[in-house]
Amino acid sequence: MFQRLPDADDAARRTGIRFTLDGLPAQGFAGDTVAAALLALGRDTCRQTAISGSPRGPYCMMGVCFDCLVVIDGVGNRQGCLVRLREGMVVETQAGKREVGR
Amino acid sequence: MTRLDQLNDLKPIYDVVVVGAGPAGMAAATEASAHGLEVLLVDEAASPGGQIFRAITETPLHDRRVLGEDYWKGRAAAETLLASGVHYLPGATVWHLDPVLQFGLSVEGRAAAVTARRAVLATGALERPFPVKGWTLPGVMSAGAAQTLLKASGLVPQGRVVLAGTGPLLWLLASQYVAAGHPPAAILDTTATGNWRRAVGALPAFLRSPYVAKGLRLLLRVRRAVRVVSGVIELSIEAGDGSATEIAFRRGDRPMERMAADHVLLHQGVTPNVNLASAAGCALEWNETQACFRPRTDAWGRSSVAGIAITGDGSGIGGAEIAALRGQLAGIDAACELGRMAPEVRDGLAASVRARIAAYDRGRHFLDLLYRPADHFRLPHDEALACRCEEVTGRHLREVAALGVPGPNQMKSMLRCGMGPCQGRLCGLTVAEVIAAERGVSPAEVGYYRLRSPVKPVTLAEIASMPREERDEKAVLRV
Amino acid sequence: MVETYDVAVLGGGLVGTAIGLGLAGQGLRTAILDEGDVAHRASRGNFALVWVQSKGMGMPRYSSWTRESVRLWPDYAASLREESGIDVSLHQPGGFTLALSEGELERRAANMARLNAQPGFEHLDYEVWDRSQLRQVFPEIGPEVAGAIFCRLDGHVNSLRLFRAQHVVFARRGGAYLPNFQVQEISRLPGGGFRILSGERCIEAGQVVLAAGIGNARLAPMVGLDAPVRPLRGQALVTEKVAPFLSHPIVTLRQTDEGGVMMGDSQEEAGFDEATGLGILGAMADRAARMFPKLGQVNIVRTWSALRVMTKDGFPIYQHSEAAPGAFLTTCHSGVTLAAAHALAVAPMIAGEGLTDALDAFHPRRFHVPAAS
Repeated sequence: MFQRLPDADDAARRTGIRFTLDGLPAQGFAGDTVAAALLALGRDTCRQTAISGSPRGPYCMMGVCFDCLVVIDGVGNRQGCLVRLREGMVVETQAGKREVGR
Repeated sequence: MTRLDQLNDLKPIYDVVVVGAGPAGMAAATEASAHGLEVLLVDEAASPGGQIFRAITETPLHDRRVLGEDYWKGRAAAETLLASGVHYLPGATVWHLDPVLQFGLSVEGRAAAVTARRAVLATGALERPFPVKGWTLPGVMSAGAAQTLLKASGLVPQGRVVLAGTGPLLWLLASQYVAAGHPPAAILDTTATGNWRRAVGALPAFLRSPYVAKGLRLLLRVRRAVRVVSGVIELSIEAGDGSATEIAFRRGDRPMERMAADHVLLHQGVTPNVNLASAAGCALEWNETQACFRPRTDAWGRSSVAGIAITGDGSGIGGAEIAALRGQLAGIDAACELGRMAPEVRDGLAASVRARIAAYDRGRHFLDLLYRPADHFRLPHDEALACRCEEVTGRHLREVAALGVPGPNQMKSMLRCGMGPCQGRLCGLTVAEVIAAERGVSPAEVGYYRLRSPVKPVTLAEIASMPREERDEKAVLRV
Repeated sequence: MVETYDVAVLGGGLVGTAIGLGLAGQGLRTAILDEGDVAHRASRGNFALVWVQSKGMGMPRYSSWTRESVRLWPDYAASLREESGIDVSLHQPGGFTLALSEGELERRAANMARLNAQPGFEHLDYEVWDRSQLRQVFPEIGPEVAGAIFCRLDGHVNSLRLFRAQHVVFARRGGAYLPNFQVQEISRLPGGGFRILSGERCIEAGQVVLAAGIGNARLAPMVGLDAPVRPLRGQALVTEKVAPFLSHPIVTLRQTDEGGVMMGDSQEEAGFDEATGLGILGAMADRAARMFPKLGQVNIVRTWSALRVMTKDGFPIYQHSEAAPGAFLTTCHSGVTLAAAHALAVAPMIAGEGLTDALDAFHPRRFHVPAAS
């Protein structure tokens, strides 16, 4: 679980950005990437691998490790650490292999 | 600066295309632009700064003491960029560069081709792989990742936080957490004890370098607030319920010790991010002191491929200050190569830049020697995953190396290591070093993965949208 | 002391290791001499088809030889699994060639009819499927797909695991793998046999088998042979791992057992240049996305190119040297399809009485006979 420093929790950000995570309502803040928003919600696992199904979470936060993969707005295997959170986004756990057409 | 919001705004050709908006890329782009060149600066992030100055224009943290003055120095570089004539394309992935200087890049799932008269690659550094058992568990991330969360979102890890590894960034992150009022539970310091002996010869030069004062202050601040366990020679992270819960470690001859940990933040230095350069055909060479491959470059950053310069940490680790200065050199050289100044003028401009690089270089060697990660942490434990994408363990690598595999490319064919989406960024050095160790030769002899575009995954539709000629179609459909 | 072997195989790719493990299985003390990590290795770039349908135009014997190997493949895969513990994932459900227009389908059907009509061609069963039939098997085909050629004999394997399994079995059978052995000279020993030199290194062997792919062109004259082979570049792309969606291999598109979808069937004369180019990759990506539109949004994670080993007519050469008895030349561009035949049929010939009449059609004397008018 990650928490926001009080310094970062100013009025402008408290308005928040609403999205859904695996079908449930969730909230992040302006400037968050999807991966950061998930970590702030205590979600340290965002996918199961395509090979063994082991749980993984963000490791590098800079777009190189591909462990923060999630389904965003119906598109699988997106790098959560490179995508900015947007109002109304639909985010889902990447459960193993991506499906063609999703 | 002109900010481009979509691919349609791109011109087909630019004088200079700079990849990466960290210290080196910002400096190269603004310098080249200042000499009248039309410059495109492409970056994967949403705002300039690279990893070191991540979110410098938009961080939610206002208390300057948390991130420290070295971070806020990035503001000036970003402001220089904002005031320049550079065309800046954020949020773009560069996935292709070929020897005729054609780039393939993508924004939001659409691709375009752009050609450069000169290419400057400022792709920066990656954190070195840290293949200990459990490094793939949720709850474990790199120290750099944790620092990105702090800079960009003001996030700090809660619960029992353990930092483990070696190198300046580990200590910097600890000091930032201390300054934020969230000191970590412990630092497990894996710096090899023999490194002090090897580094001592470089100490006098370090003491005369700009690094010394701030380095010592930082160490003192952290040591006062955090439990530091030195001489750690073995690490493994254990899981409960799928996430990290405990870190086991060993010092010298002592038995294994255990410590509860909800978050483990690993770091053992950084290495050049060579994928784009290597895929473009730029030759790499092994650097024994820094234990990494880096592109072969000359004093201007020119690579082995005509028209492609590589600058900043992507051409060899030197830190943010050296990166910006090297970037400036690349910008000056591009202006000269494209006829905006005579070589004598270029050399004159470069002289003072080189003098400043030399001042930082003096201190760098000591840091390289002191923080060179130990062999037993660069080589994976048998049970540890070496390739995170294809889930290949240290044991797999050693078993197949015993068949006589000469290098990483045969290993890749046999075990798929390096074939996943990260394209070897998190296993390439590990695999090369395992083979070298098993063969009893240097990684220089073993070599590195052969890399190709796309250096980042890109959709089939995007590749299909790239320009092609009739002969390309004919080579594919033959009936 | 010079290391001595019964037989030295030059080349550690799919052809060399298949023959090498076959020879080691015949009880011969076998060495495989190989280049280093960076070499022209067709075995690292192949498409992994075990394929019959389009082969043999101009040489009927190539089709029947291919079919012999395809029949041997199940036993071969089983023996590899038993000895190495590696499942090479052989699947032979039949394979397709898709056509993106009626015209293309007609041309492909005509080619199949011509293939079968050749004098001496062992009849090959195949079917021409229309679009509606095809949709029963591939519901996701795009609107341009007009139909396909189907042949029940076709299949595929995991060729990277095949490569590793052959190396493992070779080692388990006591074979000696000697990498970084760049052969500079092969000389005949007075009492029979050969001496092979690489810099300071030297081995001796009673027999030598050239299985060095494109490198055979340089090596063959050392043992009185001629290997007129040239490189023909092929490029390929592969996607991220996706859930299974292709039940059968298509000649230009297949899903591996691990989930990646491979595509690629380009042919270019490019010398020894192993570069990939956006133009050809784009053309292949475009055809793939027209066959299966939903693939358009799947990520490509890697591309590569490799050099096919091509003779003038595209068919293999198997030859025993008359000038230097005990030296053999083997070359082909279907190292996967023919692996079973190489291990189970060619190796025993080399270990025994030499190449039999069964391989006579592949003697390079065919290049010196004037073509019939």
